[in-house]
Amino acid sequence: MNMTSIKTFLLAGLSCSATGLAQAQDAKSLQQLSLAATCASCHGTAGRAVDNASVPGLAGMPAVYMIEQMKAFKGGTRTATVMHQLAKGYSDAQIESLAAYFAAQKK
Amino acid sequence: MNMQRRGLLKATAGLGALGLIAGCAMNKVGTPNQARVLVVGGGYGGATAAKYVRLLSGYKIDVVLVEPNDAFISCPISNLVLGGSKLMADITVPYTALGSKHGVTVVKDMVASIDSQKKVAVLASGASIRYDKLVLSPGIDLMWDSVAGLKEANDQGRILHAWKAGSETAALRRQLEAMPDGGVYALAVPEAPYRCPPGPYERACQVASYFSVAKPRSKVLILDANPDVTSKGPLFKKVWAEQYKGMVEFRGQHKATAVDARTNTVKFEVQEDVKADVLNVVPRMRAGAIAAQTGLANANNRWCHVNFLDFESTAVKDIHVLGDSIQVAPGMPKSGHMANSQAKVAAAAIVAELNGWEVNSAPMLNNNCYSFVDAKNVIHVASVHEYVAAEKTFKTVAGSGGVSPGPSELEGSFAWNWARTIWADTLG
Repeated sequence: MNMTSIKTFLLAGLSCSATGLAQAQDAKSLQQLSLAATCASCHGTAGRAVDNASVPGLAGMPAVYMIEQMKAFKGGTRTATVMHQLAKGYSDAQIESLAAYFAAQKK
Repeated sequence: MNMQRRGLLKATAGLGALGLIAGCAMNKVGTPNQARVLVVGGGYGGATAAKYVRLLSGYKIDVVLVEPNDAFISCPISNLVLGGSKLMADITVPYTALGSKHGVTVVKDMVASIDSQKKVAVLASGASIRYDKLVLSPGIDLMWDSVAGLKEANDQGRILHAWKAGSETAALRRQLEAMPDGGVYALAVPEAPYRCPPGPYERACQVASYFSVAKPRSKVLILDANPDVTSKGPLFKKVWAEQYKGMVEFRGQHKATAVDARTNTVKFEVQEDVKADVLNVVPRMRAGAIAAQTGLANANNRWCHVNFLDFESTAVKDIHVLGDSIQVAPGMPKSGHMANSQAKVAAAAIVAELNGWEVNSAPMLNNNCYSFVDAKNVIHVASVHEYVAAEKTFKTVAGSGGVSPGPSELEGSFAWNWARTIWADTLG
């Protein structure tokens, strides 16, 4: 199989999806999806929490609120069991990218 | 015709109908040029990779998952089956949603061999599947030779490891239930690296939790090949000293070399023999056999070196290795959460490569590992890992991560929530 034909096929229809996860349109949007996927193991795929979850779903969370909370975790003004330790692993630019992604997801 | 033979024929017929057999011009959606990712192994790494290649490609890349088991059985939480607060059904998740929700073709079979030149995998049933990219997530194989007599004792069901959640988990629980009060449960722990660093210590807590209620005169002995507790050490030691005072004893520098199934005795390189009523010996481990067989186990002939940008094997092109099988980066545990996290980096890289896009030069991973010290109280260790281009490896982000101050029920509720969520993220 040659790369051109794969590319043509793949690029033909990056539009809708069964679960509504935003689609990668290019390398940059794929990177954002990949970064956001690091949150999914605890907060749910595409930020959609499981039923009766004890942690918040992130899908549809307003970006300003999420950035504030992540900075509060990082700075130590919001306490947590785990999140204050994980938040310190993400840069401000990464947090802004995560916030933009999750704000755009359907709950 | 016996059932096994009939099952094989049925599986092969199914593959034929889907056009998976190499040489078929068309696949199931009738596009001869559609890229195919073949995922070998449906654990935390493989199942996540299968789902995320589908998601991230907008369902445009064909994904086939080959897995021998009927359903996913989680190693994380499986110690609670030994403690008695969970049942096997609680840690078992079907593979059906990968097919019905995400269009992954799940094939119940084993990969017998991989031809990395022709890019074809041959299954135990005889069918073959061609691939453009192969994701290998075979988990661990046990190094039976590291403990003389263990394989035979295990075959007889006498001495179990229960380090792959499944029938041995249930069997070890039955041994604990059958043990008289006042008996000794001994757990032999191999030298690091092994799957799930805090797993043995959580297991000791779970068995002690059960004994505290059901057989309070009994003992839990941890016979560890390592000099000290390898994960969450101060936290576990405090629990043993306080909650399980007089019941749990930790002995470091105990490297098991042999077992005698007749007397239920374990022998060590240096220390004296230990006889137990229930003897649970976990041998050393290495990458699943298919990895070595395919020429991927290039780290001490035991683990697989990967390029950490996309988890491609450093030995064989277009084969990406995930999870417990890899030679880890500094501070990277062999855990289910880590395999799930690695799988997403690999899936994104594979989608980028098949699209002809640049692969993410700054991937991130995280890990959050909960340990139940009894039925309700939990401690954790968490970390965030960033790719460091100059060193071509992942390193933990300075200042991030950490452990619990002590066990709590609040973390217990988060731990169970974590399990339900990561199972859904991996398989749902």
